[in-house]
Amino acid sequence: MMKKTKDRFKQIVENFYLVFIMVFLYAPIATLIVLSFSNSKSRTQWGGFTLRWYIEMFKSATIMNALQNTLVIAFASALIATIIGTAAAIAISSMKPFPRTVIMGITNIPMLNADIVTGISLMLGFIAFGISLGFKTILIAHITFNIPYVILSVMPKLKQTNKSVYEAAMDLGASPIFAFFKVVFPDILPGVLSGFLLAFTMSLDDFIITHFTKGAGINTLSTLIYSEVRRGIKPSMYALSTVIFVTVLGLLIVTNFAPGRKRESR
Amino acid sequence: MNKKLLSGPYLVWMVGFTVIPLLLIVYYGLTDKSGAFTLANIVSITTAEHAKALWLSLGLSFISTMICLVLAYPLAMILRKRGVGRGSFVVFIFILPMWMNFLLRTLAWQTLLERNGVINGILKALHLPGQSLINTPGAIILGMVYNFLPFMVLPIYNVLCKIDDNTINAAHDLGADFYQTLVRIWMPLSIPGIISGITMVFVPALTTFVISNLLGGSKILLIGNVIEQEFTRGSNWHLGSGLSLVLMIFILASMALIAKYDKEGEGTAF
Amino acid sequence: MGSLIDLVGISKGFDGTLVLDDLNLSVKENAFVTLLGPSGCGKTTTLRIIGGFEHADKGKVIFDGQDISSLPPNKRQLNTVFQKYALFTHMNIAENIAFGLKIKNKPKAYIQDKIKYALKLVNLDGYENRSVDSLSGGQQQRIAIARAIVNEPRVLLLDEPLGALDLKLRQDMQYELIRLKNELGITFIYVTHDQEEALTMSDTIVVMNQGYIQQMGTPEQIYNEPENAFVADFIGESNIVHGTMIRDELVEIFGARFACVDKGFGTNAPVDVVIRPEDIDLVSPEEGTLTGVCTHLIFKGVHYEMEVTTPDGFEWLVHSTDLCPVGKEVGIHVDPFDIQIMNKPASEDEEAVGVNE
Repeated sequence: MMKKTKDRFKQIVENFYLVFIMVFLYAPIATLIVLSFSNSKSRTQWGGFTLRWYIEMFKSATIMNALQNTLVIAFASALIATIIGTAAAIAISSMKPFPRTVIMGITNIPMLNADIVTGISLMLGFIAFGISLGFKTILIAHITFNIPYVILSVMPKLKQTNKSVYEAAMDLGASPIFAFFKVVFPDILPGVLSGFLLAFTMSLDDFIITHFTKGAGINTLSTLIYSEVRRGIKPSMYALSTVIFVTVLGLLIVTNFAPGRKRESR
Repeated sequence: MNKKLLSGPYLVWMVGFTVIPLLLIVYYGLTDKSGAFTLANIVSITTAEHAKALWLSLGLSFISTMICLVLAYPLAMILRKRGVGRGSFVVFIFILPMWMNFLLRTLAWQTLLERNGVINGILKALHLPGQSLINTPGAIILGMVYNFLPFMVLPIYNVLCKIDDNTINAAHDLGADFYQTLVRIWMPLSIPGIISGITMVFVPALTTFVISNLLGGSKILLIGNVIEQEFTRGSNWHLGSGLSLVLMIFILASMALIAKYDKEGEGTAF
Repeated sequence: MGSLIDLVGISKGFDGTLVLDDLNLSVKENAFVTLLGPSGCGKTTTLRIIGGFEHADKGKVIFDGQDISSLPPNKRQLNTVFQKYALFTHMNIAENIAFGLKIKNKPKAYIQDKIKYALKLVNLDGYENRSVDSLSGGQQQRIAIARAIVNEPRVLLLDEPLGALDLKLRQDMQYELIRLKNELGITFIYVTHDQEEALTMSDTIVVMNQGYIQQMGTPEQIYNEPENAFVADFIGESNIVHGTMIRDELVEIFGARFACVDKGFGTNAPVDVVIRPEDIDLVSPEEGTLTGVCTHLIFKGVHYEMEVTTPDGFEWLVHSTDLCPVGKEVGIHVDPFDIQIMNKPASEDEEAVGVNE
């Protein structure tokens, strides 16, 4: 049948295209991962399998220090952003349309604005407020850009919750706070959790804003990689990249495929 | 308890760390070192060096955005047709790089493109002449496309998924072939996603200093590099803020575009 | 008159489940054919195969003597009205209606005339520049119809077009569709799960279940002479009881013998007997062929709905304007021509296709 062969041809072209884009997206990363295990400083020759660069990485105080900073900042900023953001989402969802639009507009600023502008503005802000650049300012900056992600994760869940369930709980004698924690909170919990994970990932991933707000003498993994790379790439950077890649991959699989976060298919 | 009070901490935070800092950029951009009002910082965009950087940034990010669009649209169409829905693994694979550390992605290309990098190594093994790939505008475009392609795919894909199969069937039913349907139905209906995608690629590409730094070498200066240097080396924050304000005109224009074409937020990535 | 569309031996499966199995169907020119059945019976798939949106795994679609099985939808001389209208939301009403004509490069003036004509036909004159979103569901449905008919298709396929409308509007649109059909003089193939819709509009009803055609006939035939228990149960309400065909024109139900008009089932053969609730006459116990006690009574407006339980435990559903209070003993009488005899399903397998859903 004509139709069938034409369909098959289309199918082949499509598959070819998918593979082409996939190779384009993943080949560079795969190269990094392969090089991280190669016992040779050359980028073109396979020097045999080694974990040497990983050991070197774990022994390096600078890298471990940066790793610690990164994780502490990611965790703390995600946690604080989740608390502030969830509270804000609950408040916003009970607001009248006009203030809600205004606040959601402000919420969108850090997401739509260029990172470089956000970074610079925060830096100018810290200096104007007399906060010296360092760990604290990175943390504040990360909380600032994380809150919108939490709000945008929680809001849809709040929209889905059935208001009459909350009212029914109060009708049956529950106090508003008790009703909230027993009835509404379990409903929005998946949104809160995914907001937290999203915030954590965004924080791990950030370079530009950290770059402007970190000050001297402190590094996260991203800023460390940037300064190292400009001096020339060391293989331990490949090892570090691989570790970060695998971590982010793991986190994303959890966020996307965790039960309760199944998004609706079309 | 009034629920609205819960937004208190957030509002204070956003005013303190989003609104005021942005106003500070405006303040610095419009004053000189003595604090007097001036337009000099903004006008300095017309100096040869800055204008060249801005034009180059605009040019490279425009080309990159177009390449992303051309690559992403068919990809999004295929992903939708495979009908696996959101949250499926195939789609996940194509969106995943969006979340990978952006420095790593650029670092990866540096490794591939360098003078003694992977690609030249392969060429050498094949006894072909080595190419100078890095430190060219081409390398920067490649880095931009690579970094931002998923930002184009996702909003277009999301919008395409919302188009009802029967709308497409109706067009075929009324006699339209594949290309007529593409031009008259698919494309007009996916404009919100296309606009979102263009913005999500164009804005970071226009303002980048990392990609140009790592793949363009020190010779190619983009507007992002100029601003970054004013803040980290030159220490003329007034000039840097003034140039940022110029940049923000483009960012605001993009936001206005989104607001016009994507009213229901259909094309947003999250 | 010959047939316009023939489906020959159509089979179609999705992910290994057979949705249509060796389906054969002829549609005459100018007919109003309704495919009727519960969801998942294969009626929509059948329509989509005719429209070209699905391709059958086996079998042929013949249109006016030509095999169009492998033609894509845009090359077929028929148009579809989709379930949720599928209007183009980025175009106004006039552009929607003009879509098919513009594709065919018709002259501007011709298109303008056609739009006017079509809008008049569906009673929406002057709606040219309205946006799709500003229309109600019923209006959108009319536009969907207008968009299809301006292309002068020889066949209009309608996939549950009234499914999303409320009851009153649905009834109005039924008459509207009949009027349209008569004015246009083209063939309609209509899919629905609503038996009342089917009975009101069609000249031929095709009852489908689980990928098979259960019965095909005029609305009267389908209603009055269902061929099997599934059809009887699906179309209207009915009492379906086990009986024994003593001989031609005599059937025994729960030990009582009823005269009927059916022949040719053999002697002492097990059969299914269908009696519509409105065909049961409640009489005094002495006059009844069977006697029972009224156990349930609801006033329905036009009639009373009652349940009469006979000693064997069967609850007869009865519609009658005569009231029989709960607890009262009554006799059941049925006129011979109101008794419909059907063959028992031949096997367990076929039984599954039947009423036990």
